[in-house]
Amino acid sequence: MENKELFGHIKGWGVDADPKNEPTYPMKKYTGDDHKRLNYDRPTLQPVTNEILHSNERPGVTAVFGTGQPPEGLSGAMRRYAFRYSEGSFSHWLPLLLADRVQMVEALVDDVKKGQIPDLIAEKGYKAEWKYNRAGVIRKGLMLAAVGALVILAVVQRNKRK
Amino acid sequence: MLAMNYRGPYRIRADRDMPYPEILHPGDAIVKVTRSCICGSDLHLYHGMVPDTRIGTTFGHEFIGTVVETGSEVTRLKTGDNVLVPFNIACGACPFCKQELFGNCHESNPEATAVGGIFGYSHTAGGFNGGQAEYVRVPYADVGPYVIPEWMDMDDAVMLTDVFPTGYQAAEMGGIKMGDTVVVFGAGPIGIMAAKCAWLFGAGRVIVIDHIEYRLEFARQYAQCEAYNFKSLEDPVLFLKKTTDFFGADVCIDAVGCEAAGSALQTITGRKLMLQAGSATALHWAINSVKKGGIVSIVGVYGPTTNMVPIGNVVNKGLTIRANQASVKRLLPRLIDHVQKGHVDPKGLITHRLPLAEVPDAYRIFSSKLDNCIKTVLIP
Repeated sequence: MENKELFGHIKGWGVDADPKNEPTYPMKKYTGDDHKRLNYDRPTLQPVTNEILHSNERPGVTAVFGTGQPPEGLSGAMRRYAFRYSEGSFSHWLPLLLADRVQMVEALVDDVKKGQIPDLIAEKGYKAEWKYNRAGVIRKGLMLAAVGALVILAVVQRNKRK
Repeated sequence: MLAMNYRGPYRIRADRDMPYPEILHPGDAIVKVTRSCICGSDLHLYHGMVPDTRIGTTFGHEFIGTVVETGSEVTRLKTGDNVLVPFNIACGACPFCKQELFGNCHESNPEATAVGGIFGYSHTAGGFNGGQAEYVRVPYADVGPYVIPEWMDMDDAVMLTDVFPTGYQAAEMGGIKMGDTVVVFGAGPIGIMAAKCAWLFGAGRVIVIDHIEYRLEFARQYAQCEAYNFKSLEDPVLFLKKTTDFFGADVCIDAVGCEAAGSALQTITGRKLMLQAGSATALHWAINSVKKGGIVSIVGVYGPTTNMVPIGNVVNKGLTIRANQASVKRLLPRLIDHVQKGHVDPKGLITHRLPLAEVPDAYRIFSSKLDNCIKTVLIP
């Protein structure tokens, strides 16, 4: 059977078929310019106005960068430590992951200090979960209640034995 | 201004007190966001899996909007232009941008060399705030942003910032030849789009593998392909071998990335204990399901540390592996042509629209796959 008959119902079938699509992206437009390394005209450099950590696999910051959430506190110190190691090292990435969790606690403390108690129900989108997965929420709630009851029961029995 | 505010894994706020963005570089523009999507890869951030995702970050790398301010070096854009903004931040001047590797720009991400800058994708991708906000700073405004043609539907435009290019590039990197059998792992928006685009390259058979039934049905309808639930297959690799006369697929596409289901070992070590950079189940299957000498194309997102993959089989089977972030700017002219000619209907993937003020609910719906959600658009 002809391709037209086989695939005629699929809009655009084969319009981008190209036997010359090899080597395809990402080698398709290779220019060789990367052999010149860093000797290219860099864009205008963004002024550095706050602390920007940069990979030690490059000589400095890039021409543009985001400036939000500079490293601060304990999590910031952990991030600074992480950036002493290259991107090929676990000593780079694992402290960063840990710093993310530490900063979460720092942010929670900051919120409480400002008198802003996080609305976990809103932040976690439980309204949507309740709307579209009510049975699941109830099931999860009952499971949590059952686990809680078992823990309380175990503690009470342990105390009785003492 | 109103913007999404990350507070930790599974916790985000719709925060009305976020600061307005400023011009920080003469090549910057400020864009008033009109539509912004939640991407499947945003869920990796939301689930706390991407290192250096700092509290207070605004996510969102799929957005369109109107230019409201430009820096002194910006000449191509002007106030009032409606633009779609590729998710890659690219200078256009470094050797990688010259090679059209706009996802690998060397001048947009100080924090990591492995990836270029991406809007709202953690400090590992440059520390830029994203477009799930009323306003956003857009660096290198003369390079990436594309003025939206007047005829184009705004929903199609926002899908051209990531979903359509990434799906298309997944198929393109597969080097598909006429009549090839292409297997796509993952029936999320990118996987469905990759399946759709495989036909454009002349695939003879397109198969999607996932475990969410409503998504498989959506893939069958949208991408006119075969779609199978791996939970009912027992061994998806064996199934794919059998259905290709024990040869294997010509091309396999991993459109899942680091949160794949399907293997207890991968799930526990990757997603629960985080001993590896997520669960590499889909990639594992792709490598094992493709034919000898075949091509594996990876667009699923993985973390930067390490993953368990059967690299020995890559060697023994003589596979070619191609992978990259989509080079959106490179692809836009071709993809806009496909939209105009009606070959692909990107907006057809959108199932949910929510106001930005309900962004925590929107994430929950997408993350928990509630209400048959495929793609969510946020309207500021």
